[in-house]
Amino acid sequence: MPNVNKNWLQGVVGFGLALLAVATRADELNMTQGVTAISRAVYDLHMLIFWVCVVSGIGVFGMMAWSLINHRKSRGHAAAQFHESTQMEILWTLIPVLILIGMAFPATQVLIQMYDTGGEDMTVEVRGYQWRWQYKYLDDDYNSTFGFFSSLTTPIDQRHNRTVKGENYLLEVDNPLRIPINRKVRFLVTSEDVIHAWWVPDFGIKRDAVPGMLNELWTIVEEPGIYRGQCTELCGKDHGFMPIVVEALPEAEYDAWYAQRLELEAARKQALSQTFSADELMAQGEEIYNTFCTSCHMPNGKGVPPVFPPLDGSDIATGPRRADHFAIVINGKTGTAMQAFGRQLDAAQLAAVIHYERHAWSNNAGDIIQPSDIVEFMSGQQ
Amino acid sequence: MSEAVVEVHADHADHGPAKGLTRWLFTTNHKDIGTLYLWFSFLMFLIGGTMALIVRAELFQPGMQFVQPEFFNQMTTNHGLIMVFGAIMPAFVGLANWLLPMMVGAPDMALPRMNNLSFWILPFAFSLMISTLFMEEGGPNFGWTFYAPLSTEYAPDTVTFFIFSLHMIGASSIMGSINIIATILNMRAPGMTLMRMPLFVWTWLITAYLLLAVMPVLAGAVTMMLFDIHFGTSFFNAAGGGDPVMFQHIFWFFGHPEVYIMILPAFGIVSQIIPTFSRKPLFGYDSMVYAVASIAFLSFIVWAHHMFTVGMPIAGQLFFMYSTMLIAVPTGVKVFNWVSTMWRGSITFETPMLFAIAFVALFTIGGFSGLMLAITPADYQYHDTYFVVAHFHYVLVPGALFSIIAAVYYWLPKWCGKMYDESLGKLHFWLSFIGVNITFFPQHFSGLAGMPRRIPDYALQFADFNMVSSIGAYIFGFSQLLFLYVVIKTIRSGRPATARVWEAAHGLEWTLPSPVPYHTFTTPPKITEAEAHS
Amino acid sequence: MQQSSERHNPAATQSAVRDTARKLCLIVVGMFGFGFALVPLYDLFCDITGLGGDTGDRYTYEAAELRVDKSRLVKVNFITNTNAGMPWKFWSEKGGVRVHPGEVKEVKFYVTNTTGRRMVGQAVPSVVPLAAAEYFHKTECFCFSSQLLEPGETLEMPLRFIVDSQLPANVKSISLSYALFDVTDFAASQTLLGDTAGGR
Repeated sequence: MPNVNKNWLQGVVGFGLALLAVATRADELNMTQGVTAISRAVYDLHMLIFWVCVVSGIGVFGMMAWSLINHRKSRGHAAAQFHESTQMEILWTLIPVLILIGMAFPATQVLIQMYDTGGEDMTVEVRGYQWRWQYKYLDDDYNSTFGFFSSLTTPIDQRHNRTVKGENYLLEVDNPLRIPINRKVRFLVTSEDVIHAWWVPDFGIKRDAVPGMLNELWTIVEEPGIYRGQCTELCGKDHGFMPIVVEALPEAEYDAWYAQRLELEAARKQALSQTFSADELMAQGEEIYNTFCTSCHMPNGKGVPPVFPPLDGSDIATGPRRADHFAIVINGKTGTAMQAFGRQLDAAQLAAVIHYERHAWSNNAGDIIQPSDIVEFMSGQQ
Repeated sequence: MSEAVVEVHADHADHGPAKGLTRWLFTTNHKDIGTLYLWFSFLMFLIGGTMALIVRAELFQPGMQFVQPEFFNQMTTNHGLIMVFGAIMPAFVGLANWLLPMMVGAPDMALPRMNNLSFWILPFAFSLMISTLFMEEGGPNFGWTFYAPLSTEYAPDTVTFFIFSLHMIGASSIMGSINIIATILNMRAPGMTLMRMPLFVWTWLITAYLLLAVMPVLAGAVTMMLFDIHFGTSFFNAAGGGDPVMFQHIFWFFGHPEVYIMILPAFGIVSQIIPTFSRKPLFGYDSMVYAVASIAFLSFIVWAHHMFTVGMPIAGQLFFMYSTMLIAVPTGVKVFNWVSTMWRGSITFETPMLFAIAFVALFTIGGFSGLMLAITPADYQYHDTYFVVAHFHYVLVPGALFSIIAAVYYWLPKWCGKMYDESLGKLHFWLSFIGVNITFFPQHFSGLAGMPRRIPDYALQFADFNMVSSIGAYIFGFSQLLFLYVVIKTIRSGRPATARVWEAAHGLEWTLPSPVPYHTFTTPPKITEAEAHS
Repeated sequence: MQQSSERHNPAATQSAVRDTARKLCLIVVGMFGFGFALVPLYDLFCDITGLGGDTGDRYTYEAAELRVDKSRLVKVNFITNTNAGMPWKFWSEKGGVRVHPGEVKEVKFYVTNTTGRRMVGQAVPSVVPLAAAEYFHKTECFCFSSQLLEPGETLEMPLRFIVDSQLPANVKSISLSYALFDVTDFAASQTLLGDTAGGR
């Protein structure tokens, strides 16, 4: 075999082997196979189209490489002058069409499966907010039993490179979504403000959360574990900071957790009529402030004027007209990024965070805010 | 091969260019205007590239090091807007201006004064757009695709300036396209039938029709945004009975043909360059024309493949999956034809040919990732991740951009009469080729690993890919300064070039002297079959 | 300065160019109009094909024509959500019901204006699965018009609906969500534009 042909052959084989080696290190370079039948079907489709592309690529690049080596003027190769062939054109139009039709069948099948949302065992509402997710569980009668927010807990110090980053940097939350394995879970997805998107790679599902529109997703997780995803639609400044964490539990564990959570919810409702000490309010309030308020008003309460006003030293947070402070936290401020937190937090949480704002940093409004004050305000009294 | 008949005007005294700055402000000469577009687009390319380097600097490591998330969103948004509307599109228009009249044997473009206006709108529009970055609320920060309601109710006040600049840019494109079509349809030299035109002329003819069809739709979309923001309408506001998803449909009805607008002229350029350096005619000229026309037609019925996760009914998903897969066929035909052109040719590897070969190989890789994205169930895992970013950068950077660079190396000696430094050109090529692959190939992997788009900070498993990608970006970015140096050095002190420049170049422009006179083909040349395309 | 085209092009070419330019301008104007036409076309397409979760306007029927399919029950659940910046309380008396296809069902919804100012709200419905939307008929819905509430006022709003007996057999649950938006400013300008706050 002439030298140049051997080199070419070696080159192509070497490249092919490298590609093979790369492709088989699935966990590091490839898409996840995931833990649901759908995620595995999607992975299979992905690998099928990938191999179609690889084989086509070897064909095309192989021809190119051969040509670039052997049909060089410097090697004395004289140019042929052929410049058309209807037969070839037909062939290399028809063959790709046939390959694509072949691909379309399995792809269509998987898509139909993905759209089959019926026969669910449980339903969870998923709501996107700037910049966190909210999950609400529905019972068999579709009444909402309890819900909670799921917010990023990676400390700012890690994000600002002051401390070492944890293993689940940017993919950890305070309250993960918990679902049982082996049951069909239906998700009803929407947004409260801009378009977000909910994605868990290991489940093979992703759907946009659109304001004013409801979207449906389902999954049946086959392996217990913790699965992490992220918001996948640009939604503002903290788009990269609203992860999704799902804990899939064995059925018995899930049922136990669910029952416990129902009890907790009953207790929480009762707390609404309780009174708290100033210290309890400050502690609770600080926690809520750190989760919901710091991204705009900053941990030191100084905000980012003029867009995010300071709370430290503000008239509203220290003045005698508490109703003004209640109004802005509970109802938000139209035309600004200040949301109506009255719908996101309950009366006990609102009392705590407002109390905190009135007494933290250099503020000392000298009053005490109880859940009943909030309830009274919200039932329409000035 | 007979020479075309060319009559050269002896008395150029009154036809020569004006002196001084006013020459450039008032010129109606297609060569001057082509030059203006090309320099403008290069400046925009450097500005958009700087924004990309800011993005890549922040993404070099996990954690926030250099910029705030709000500013990061402005950088990604403006990088996209400037590259699409300020670099790639004007560069292709500049090439059209320089080359189309010469390639068809016409003295100038059909509407030279409108041509001047089409260009000068652009610096004004982009100054407005870029100035918003320095305004109090910051510039556009909602992605170059500016989905509602992030770009309407939740946008900074500067969004209005953004809308106005898009209107102006659209007007410029529309006027340019009218000019191009009018020139090609009415001013070809006698004997230059449509099927004898160089492929670059064909691709621009079709691209111009695409532009006329879709830029007005973009204008409509941003006008609806303007009304929603300022005049209380509810096109995209669910509260008033509108629909944010409709924005996406209208935007992508423009957006998908737009990406073909950014690649068809590239196909034309490569179809001119490869035959020259293979010393062989383009394989399958007729098929190439039909393929470009099919791609243009199909580009109107694939738009919702950008929206597979929005919540469309299954019938819609299936339709767009099938149509998107179909568009791979004519594109594949073109790749096969280029390879067949090289096959059994007599190939040399001057810089334009290096860029053209890299185009064929790397655009094909971009095409493969595009085919993967077309498979809807798989797209659920790719959508809005770096897999998509890798795909479109492969088709746009080693795709469209490499073709523009190849065109400049190929035709610059004709335009200015001087040869560029071949060693420096090759160095530029290798740095760019290596840089572009180091930048964008790892992004396929970060996307498959689960990294979303448009995030300023990321989880630790994406760190290695991002670090490599950022290194590649800096290599690629700084190599373009070498290109600037090569071009300037050529214009100032390159070796004189011959008329033919390249041994096997075909086409009317190569029958003219190098540098080409300020006015050419003032009398139309006679076209014979021998001069037909390449 | 005379343009090169004027000097070198015969009048015939110039008039051909003008002709071409005129025709192309028509395309431009036409496509601009088409862009705006996409707005009603989009709605029309959704109406005709039943795609897109649009449940349509008020449904009228002859009581005698209704046939109740007692052989199966369909679960319908209700989701109430208030958009960011809309502080009202919004809830339904029940999270969900089970109905026979063809049966008329009424469910009560409530809104409370918790602020100290008069406000106008608009509820926007959305149904999944998309295939079920054309079979979900609202005969009475607070989403057909916007609701004005005084400070502190609570309003009871009925929803009356029928799930069509032709509902495909494989659809066993339907979810209806209402997103409540603050349209106070919008409603103020509506007097100029007429009532466009129709439900979808």
